Amino acid sequence: MAINKESNGFTFGFAITLVVVVGTVLALLAMGLKPMREQNAKVKKQLDILSAMLDLDKEGINRKNAAKEFEKYINLDEALVLDMNGNVKEGVNAFDVDIQTEYKDKKLKDSDKNYPLFVANQDGKKLYIIPIVGKGLWGPIWGNICLDEDMSSIKGASFGHKGETPGLGAEIQQKFFIDRWIGEKISDDNGDFTKFEIVKDGSGMNPQKVDGITGGTITSKGVEEMANRCLSVYAAYFKSLKTKE
Amino acid sequence: MSESLFSKKNRKLITDPLTDNNPVTIQVLGICSALAITVQVNQAIVMGLSVIFVTMMGNVVISMLRNLIPSRIRIIVQLVVVAALVIVVDQVLAAYLPDLSAKLSVFVGLIITNCIIMGRLEAFAMANKPWPSLLDGFGNGLGYAGLLVLVAVFRELFGSGTLLGFTIFGNSLPGEESGLYAMGYTNNNMMILPPMALIIVGVIIWVQRIRNKELQEDH
Repeated sequence: MAINKESNGFTFGFAITLVVVVGTVLALLAMGLKPMREQNAKVKKQLDILSAMLDLDKEGINRKNAAKEFEKYINLDEALVLDMNGNVKEGVNAFDVDIQTEYKDKKLKDSDKNYPLFVANQDGKKLYIIPIVGKGLWGPIWGNICLDEDMSSIKGASFGHKGETPGLGAEIQQKFFIDRWIGEKISDDNGDFTKFEIVKDGSGMNPQKVDGITGGTITSKGVEEMANRCLSVYAAYFKSLKTKE
Repeated sequence: MSESLFSKKNRKLITDPLTDNNPVTIQVLGICSALAITVQVNQAIVMGLSVIFVTMMGNVVISMLRNLIPSRIRIIVQLVVVAALVIVVDQVLAAYLPDLSAKLSVFVGLIITNCIIMGRLEAFAMANKPWPSLLDGFGNGLGYAGLLVLVAVFRELFGSGTLLGFTIFGNSLPGEESGLYAMGYTNNNMMILPPMALIIVGVIIWVQRIRNKELQEDH
């Protein structure tokens, strides 16, 4: 019996079979690879947090040894989550907070957003690592700011981006831009938050001023907005700690 | 029938797309992704390998099904096969090369829309046996990948002063310049913007047609 390939029945049958077969194969593949993708995301987060306090290349920290190095420096039991007013939120796991998704989520009220804070120990000193998120010219940008034990001076930082222009906005990842942030303070002597300003006139050596990137104005402004919006929350928390003492 | 696997005709299936029938420079297909992911050589290589995989496997699958596919829905069937293969590539990259996968972002997914793949399926795999289809897919994928890497070499070298991430011209960081940069050389920022990819592809097309007069069109 010859099958009529052009009949409606065969056409439908072929289409349905094809879709079922393809769908099954893709679903199995996605499920099979899911643990690896989740592991990758976790390691990436650990590397991001560590990159604020350490030079990952110099220390030889990579995806393979990230988990071990992370445990060495950062005790997740000390990590906590703040609300937008700088009060500690109970019952939220700092490492599981995805600030990028929360930032993008337009339905999520600002008062419901989580602000994780990681505490690191290096050479007997307590360091504070703050993940921040914002938007650049083409898409999301993010970073991690490491504060010294005085809870105010920036000791290190790292920035990342999804798709800023290479050579221009994408330069926020480079060491020269990060170095411009080191030594800046997020709060004054009273513990009140002090705003940062990205400048173009080369006056970045002054306190609270950071030189922007030529040709990367919008990305630089994005970093400014992101730093000011996020860091002010933490400054409020640190102030409450200091006044308690 | 007993044609050897690498007969002259079969070898031509691979070599033609590399030179006088290059999918990018002669047929001018797949230009969009050639602009987008040729800023760095390693991105171009991974993208090229992904496209080679998709053209090869797509050609083989469609060739095997060619006598079964109802002609009224053949384009949709081709799309489903290509889309499935691209998702496989995307998932595997995300699992095994997460950093590169993040950089290539949407462009792996956009392989689906690459005209080279649909073009080969429709023009070749629908009418040929699996083995020649595999060679044809490999050849066209390689022709695309080769051009991508060539463009990326120019763009990364003159735009960032590196190749595969290794510095070639010295250190360009402000304040610690060395090598060529110490002598006043600066990177060409135009190179890393998409229009320059179009200009480089144009120059390659120009050079290729000067060298081979048969490719020149009469107007």
